[in-house]
Amino acid sequence: MENKINAQSVYLPSEDVVSRQIEDEFLLVPIASGIGSMEDELYTLNETGRIIWERMRPGLSVENLADELSREYDASREVIFEDICGILNELLKLKMVEKVE
Amino acid sequence: MSYNKQYINRILFNNSNFLNKKSSIPQKIDIELTERCNNNCIHCYINQPENDEELKKKELSTQRLKEIIKEIADLGCLSIRFTGGEPLLRKDFKELYLFTRRQGLKVVLFTNATLIDEELVSLFVKYPPGDKIEITLYGTDEKSYQKAAGVKGNFKKAINGINLLEKNNISFIVKGIYFSGREKQAQSLINYSRHIPYMDDMPSFSMNFDLRARRDSKEKNEIIKSLRVSPEETIKFISMGKEEYIKGTKEFAKKFMRPAGDSIFNCGCGKGGAVDAYGKFQPCLLLRHPDALYDLENGSIKDALNVFFVELRKQKSKNLDYLNKCAKCFLSGFCENCPAKSWMEHGVLDSPVDYYCEIAHAKARFLGLLNENEFGWEVKDFEKRIAKFCE
Repeated sequence: MENKINAQSVYLPSEDVVSRQIEDEFLLVPIASGIGSMEDELYTLNETGRIIWERMRPGLSVENLADELSREYDASREVIFEDICGILNELLKLKMVEKVE
Repeated sequence: MSYNKQYINRILFNNSNFLNKKSSIPQKIDIELTERCNNNCIHCYINQPENDEELKKKELSTQRLKEIIKEIADLGCLSIRFTGGEPLLRKDFKELYLFTRRQGLKVVLFTNATLIDEELVSLFVKYPPGDKIEITLYGTDEKSYQKAAGVKGNFKKAINGINLLEKNNISFIVKGIYFSGREKQAQSLINYSRHIPYMDDMPSFSMNFDLRARRDSKEKNEIIKSLRVSPEETIKFISMGKEEYIKGTKEFAKKFMRPAGDSIFNCGCGKGGAVDAYGKFQPCLLLRHPDALYDLENGSIKDALNVFFVELRKQKSKNLDYLNKCAKCFLSGFCENCPAKSWMEHGVLDSPVDYYCEIAHAKARFLGLLNENEFGWEVKDFEKRIAKFCE
């Protein structure tokens, strides 16, 4: 997948996506038209996806998020950065995140 | 961090292993927003007058409903079905709808469509319900609609609501009723439904009507009984879509046809539930026996599902009539009788109901599962018969 992520930019979850933890599944439920690909679909995130989704916040750029996570998890910054870009690319395509800065 | 690159999985609300895996959590909870209705359908099991101020005062407040909806979301349910009465009579419907969607719950809406306006449709366009709206349309012309719905002028409003949905690509289906002398009207609804792009099958028809769920009107019950189609008419109606009916019944028979034994609750009753308009949690949309109601003022939906309904479902029958017929009858599961209908008819949870018994036997004879003059509780080789039927 083509990388459309800018390392200096801040991305935030769309206000029209609801995240839900149901037992051991982390769900994203699009509630507005145009988000996701079909009306009756929902999405589950893997553990990496869940961590990244929950960490996104105003003022935190992609590179700062990678720095933050590399201090906490036993993986190289490069791998973590790649993971962040991977999931943000997918979420952007689905319009589940927005670039805000 | 993990190295798994499959970050996102897409699943369908209605057809996913995820939902099956989570079977201990009800997928859906019903909320009956009001019993009041702006129609006055002659066959209805629950409707109350639209402007009954006393009932309106007793209905749950917006705030309390939001607390209940939040609790349903926190439990892990995926959808709420708003029903009534006519749920759109509530002035706060739009607020409750958006609140529900913002909890990540999809909405199934049961409505007569007469109160669907531009403003509501705009909301549905921006925030789709997530499932098809289900519309009861009791006639395809003013006269036949009025005869069933009891109110002049609502046919045009219903069609206007339906047209608004269609124009804005909001998915919906229509459902009808069938009683004696309504063959043409039923066919007319089938024809009407063919142009609705969201309908995969012919419309469902309500015909073996339930009596009043609150046992509140002998007069209305007499009217309902007079509208019920006979076993012969039921078979005639089923014959209109015979192949589809047989196919559906085969799948059903394999799973559910067997004698139920002395347990009273052999259906899904209590595995989910319905919040009534006043804050009582029922084990299903129909069952309002006082012993089966859980007061949400004194507890939670979670406790009702995990404790109260679990205990309720353990009940065994001591009614000899039930034990000699229903408990031994392999048509149990196929028969429409259930604790709710037993309550509606006879005021107890475990009584045979002659009407449903006759209908079930007529259907079984139609399908070749029973011989003439034979009863379901007499048949010993029912497994063989079901296997043969399902071939």
